[in-house]
Amino acid sequence: MADSTRRLPEGGAFVRSRPLAFTFDGKALTGYEGDTLASALLANGIDVVGSSFKYGRPRGIVGYGAEEPNAIVHVGEGSARTPNLRATTVELEDGMVATSAARGPGAVTGALARTFGRLLPAGFYYKTFMRPQGLWGFWEERLRTAAGLGDVPEGPDPDTYERRHGHADVLVVGAGPAGLAAALAASRAGARVMLADENAIIGGMLRFSPVASGGESAGEWSRRAAAELADNPDVTLLPHATAFGLYDHNFVGILERSAHGNGALGKAPRQRLHQVRARQVVLACGAIERPIVFAGNDLPGVMLASAVSAYAIRHAVAPGERLVLFTSNDSAYETALTWHHIGREVTVVDARPVADGARPGDARAAGIDIRAGHVVQEAHGRRRVQGVEIAPVGGGRPERLDCDLVASSGGWNPLVHLSAQTGVRPVWSEAALAFLPGSPRSGVHHAGAINGHASTLACLREGFRVGSEAARLAGFESAQAAPDLPTTDEQPSAPGEALFVVPHPRPGRDSRQFVDLQLDVTVADIELAAREGYRSVEHAKRYTALGFGTDQGKLGNVNGVAILAGALGQGIEETGTTMFRPPYTPVTFGAVAGRDVGELFDPVRRTPMHEWHEAHGAVWEDVGRWKRPRYYARGAGESMDEAVRRECLAARGGVAMLDASTLGKIDVQGADAARFLDRVYSNGFRRLGVGRCRYGLMLREDGTILDDGVTVRVAENRYLVHTTTGNAEAVLSWLELWRQTEWPELNVHLTSVTDHWATAAVVGPKSRTVLRRVCTDIDLSPDAFRFMDYRAGHVAGVPARVYRISFSGELSFEVNVAAQHGARVWKALMEAGEDFDITPYGTETMHVLRAEMGFIIVGQDTDGSMTPDDMGLAGLVRQGKPWGFLGDRSLSLPEHQRPDRPQLVGLAPLNASTVLPEGAQLVTEPRPKPPAEMHGHVTSSYLSAALGHSFALAMVKGGRERMGETLYSPQADGSVIPAKVVPSVFFKPMADANGGDVADEGEAAAEPLALEPLAATTAPAMLNLCGDGKAEFRQAASRALHLALPEDPCTTARNASIAIHWLAPDEWLIVAQPGEEAEIERRLRTATTAPSAAITDVTGAHILLHLAGPQAREALATATPYDLHPRNFPPGRCIQTTLAKTQALIATPAEDTFEIIVRRSYAHYAEAWLRGA
Amino acid sequence: MLLIRCPYCCEERSEMEFSCAGEGGIRRPEDPSDLSDAEWADYLHFRTNPKGLHREIWCHTAGCRRYFDVVRDTVTYAIHSTAPIGATTQVDEADG
Ligand SMILES: [Zn+2]
Repeated sequence: MADSTRRLPEGGAFVRSRPLAFTFDGKALTGYEGDTLASALLANGIDVVGSSFKYGRPRGIVGYGAEEPNAIVHVGEGSARTPNLRATTVELEDGMVATSAARGPGAVTGALARTFGRLLPAGFYYKTFMRPQGLWGFWEERLRTAAGLGDVPEGPDPDTYERRHGHADVLVVGAGPAGLAAALAASRAGARVMLADENAIIGGMLRFSPVASGGESAGEWSRRAAAELADNPDVTLLPHATAFGLYDHNFVGILERSAHGNGALGKAPRQRLHQVRARQVVLACGAIERPIVFAGNDLPGVMLASAVSAYAIRHAVAPGERLVLFTSNDSAYETALTWHHIGREVTVVDARPVADGARPGDARAAGIDIRAGHVVQEAHGRRRVQGVEIAPVGGGRPERLDCDLVASSGGWNPLVHLSAQTGVRPVWSEAALAFLPGSPRSGVHHAGAINGHASTLACLREGFRVGSEAARLAGFESAQAAPDLPTTDEQPSAPGEALFVVPHPRPGRDSRQFVDLQLDVTVADIELAAREGYRSVEHAKRYTALGFGTDQGKLGNVNGVAILAGALGQGIEETGTTMFRPPYTPVTFGAVAGRDVGELFDPVRRTPMHEWHEAHGAVWEDVGRWKRPRYYARGAGESMDEAVRRECLAARGGVAMLDASTLGKIDVQGADAARFLDRVYSNGFRRLGVGRCRYGLMLREDGTILDDGVTVRVAENRYLVHTTTGNAEAVLSWLELWRQTEWPELNVHLTSVTDHWATAAVVGPKSRTVLRRVCTDIDLSPDAFRFMDYRAGHVAGVPARVYRISFSGELSFEVNVAAQHGARVWKALMEAGEDFDITPYGTETMHVLRAEMGFIIVGQDTDGSMTPDDMGLAGLVRQGKPWGFLGDRSLSLPEHQRPDRPQLVGLAPLNASTVLPEGAQLVTEPRPKPPAEMHGHVTSSYLSAALGHSFALAMVKGGRERMGETLYSPQADGSVIPAKVVPSVFFKPMADANGGDVADEGEAAAEPLALEPLAATTAPAMLNLCGDGKAEFRQAASRALHLALPEDPCTTARNASIAIHWLAPDEWLIVAQPGEEAEIERRLRTATTAPSAAITDVTGAHILLHLAGPQAREALATATPYDLHPRNFPPGRCIQTTLAKTQALIATPAEDTFEIIVRRSYAHYAEAWLRGA
Repeated sequence: MLLIRCPYCCEERSEMEFSCAGEGGIRRPEDPSDLSDAEWADYLHFRTNPKGLHREIWCHTAGCRRYFDVVRDTVTYAIHSTAPIGATTQVDEADG
């Protein structure tokens, strides 16, 4: 059929002057701007848009919106192709390439195709799943092909997506009459309103309401209302946006499609996922028409009545010449009149015994043929409907009417999906002949057609009332006058009649009465399910697959319930409906991922020396979110084994250096700091001298090892706790949990300083000589600076803490400086060590060195079930401390006393060059008969340059009693690696770190290094201040800072030189001029003599970003769930929250001006995120 | 995604900022060595897991880093109350 007859010469709301070229299944076609793909296909006379899933029957467009079951298409080409879109919701654009997704069993070949439909009766899935052996795999592949689901684009998606956090006092879903009125009422009350609708036009079909006699028409009113909302800066209009999920506490997922449509590559994201938090939600979702089921109802040309009028009115598309309109209610008469007005023939078949209401009256007056008391019992045709058979209700002579279009209306199904997602079960209403939403959860409201209202005016009135009420509940009392609603000439509706399915004129097995068009579920299938005993609607749904397609059965579900009820001889109310889960319509993975892709997929934490490592051949290892050098490849040809060997030999024989900045660091301060540490460590810290270091173990309450590390007593009431890199945050949370919940009486504060300190471990016999060249104010001689000593001084001209600790067994100094100086100090040490061939080394060498010493790594050698004794560390358990310690009680449990517990041992492979795989299982025979008893597993395994052979650490049952025994590790390739159980300490350094000492070559050997002058710092001074929050402390601190601490939560106190941010009731962050950190710390320490205060320099721990301008808030909305609207976040406020996948403090010195403070290691990530937002 | 009022920051924040630290109101025994192995195991491992109101400890992880008491309905996910640690007395008393 030609375009000229389908596209009417006038009317419609599209741009006739802008034709758009597109293709469908390879055929070149033309539509117009303002078309959907569906309206353009109908205008081009494309009757068949796919073939059905089970039976391969031709299928055409049925609906106008999200309910469309047949016109499922792929849009775009190559990697930009989006599968499984509904043509009815795809806005046409120039050059669009669309293909049908519904290819039916044509994809299945040969004899199988002929019998495919027969092989898929109700219960097919169920029965196939139940089969024992792999048959489902066979079917899945074919079913996916047939259903058009198997076509995933290859290659990365070239489009961009975005997630955005939104905030509204009142969120209105649906911009039809009720939604528009609700949004208007709420916005006039002063509320921040968001109005989302999946269609392109706010106001929907209301815009096209016929002109009323006198007064303002609904169409005019809706245009004026939309304009008023658009002008209000506190209203966000979201056309093209589907609210797909209503989650807990009014968290709403809304998918906005770019106005440029699908596949258009612009700068704007193709789709934006709004994660909206609304105080009140108004569901004005409307209703979709319910078709009536009759034989042959799946033929192309059988549509919904409302869809027929919508295409005619909006797009001036008449999808046929002669219409038979089959209805059981008054609403379809509008379609009849519309069809009549465009000058085409229509016969109304009304199932009600009489059709004498006002609306049928109008139709009759217009000369429209009405057959009351009749039903359509069958549609005829091959690839398009050619006629229908109608018959009187209750029997009688059938009559044939020729037609090329059948539209049916069995009533309206309110869109209860979002309401039901909250757990509110829809309720059947005999009056409305529909499932209405149950009574809403607090904070949720229903308005309009969702409540079963048919009248536009009733929807407008209710919308306005509900919108006012929602605003009131959100705190906006409405003082507005009576609503200025339009007048309409709407005729009252007569009651409809319950009609879901017309009995088949020739009942038989192959009924062709389709309930679910997408999955080819027929009336016979549902009746079969009922006969087979599936009496629950949930079971019948799963058995027949009713509603399981991508359309979620929006058209078929209620009819299915009614048919099941009929088959079971019970009422619809008793049968009930299935529930709905999000999403209402499919959501692309791209939108869910948003900008969390590529470089921003997961934050990369960088140490201050990151660039240096990068420039010197670092090959990276991911440790938690950190990037750490695994080894440094010297030249292109060096392998990891070669590099690690070289690095190991340097550490053992000369000098080497490791970036250890990633270790977790917690500054513990307060009068009870020692008492606190005694409780959380298995060993004792009370008697540790100031200036000394001690290795400690933290246990969980069940006695297993949580973490380990070195703790330094910095001052009488101050310790620095080191944690493992990966465990830093978990350990701090653990310590805070005990401090805050169980021991609030302890006077102790914890501050994370992981990011503040940059750490260079200088390792090897020549480390002292090298350090001496850049450190002149600490006596490094062996007698003055003993193993496990801590000294403060300067390294490369900057304040430094130096610990003489060792994770390698060698003489070793760990140099800690504030992170802003990290790169300078690292470079100075490299320069100082140049003459000694100082060798940077990575984590792999670190592992070899520590394993040679039998030092464990928590999380590698332990797995969460190991006690100190299992690891040979019973010496670190100090029983009899005053309070005991966490985990103490559990160590005496019988389970922890078993002699066959796994114990840490060394393994020496009999073949000295074979490296056991880590994780390998150990047994007692080379080829044991299954089931073999496992005797242990390998936890760490390396080739040692120092030893000249391979070695491993392992956890072996009762291992310490099994020295000398040979164990076997059978490998997947059939080989067996034998290894002897040996002690876990393999290496004894020549220059022992803790016993003897290397010969001190004295000062003479070390010429001080000429240093670059220290550049003036630009990093704002930052200090963390903790105190009890009592008046005395506050006054003292305020005096020292010349500014009062802010009292109110989440606020900043500020003057020209300093800002004090509230972090917690007993914690503040001070930001001051660059370079002032030492002076401010000194003033605070002098003023707050009470040991209740904790003052920590965190200048190196953070960076400060400035963001200003009207776009700043928009950019931040993509990253933070906090509402930064000036109403909620006026100048003077500061909050800590999540920023994309990290955390930040956000302060606002002035409107739309933001200070963002993020941890230094996340700075690169945060800047990259905000730059791209 | 829940909305949780932090009793220290004094406003409702997104669940994204918080982490749950399990059942609340469980005090560590004063002197664990007084307990039998079974009593100690009960403290270590056994939780009430009720249907309905449940007392929990949450931490404002991405915010003020303070732990606090929450009474939450495990059926509706409604947050019944939040309060500083120790301020919540009993779950059943909090009802109403
Ligand atoms: Zn808080």
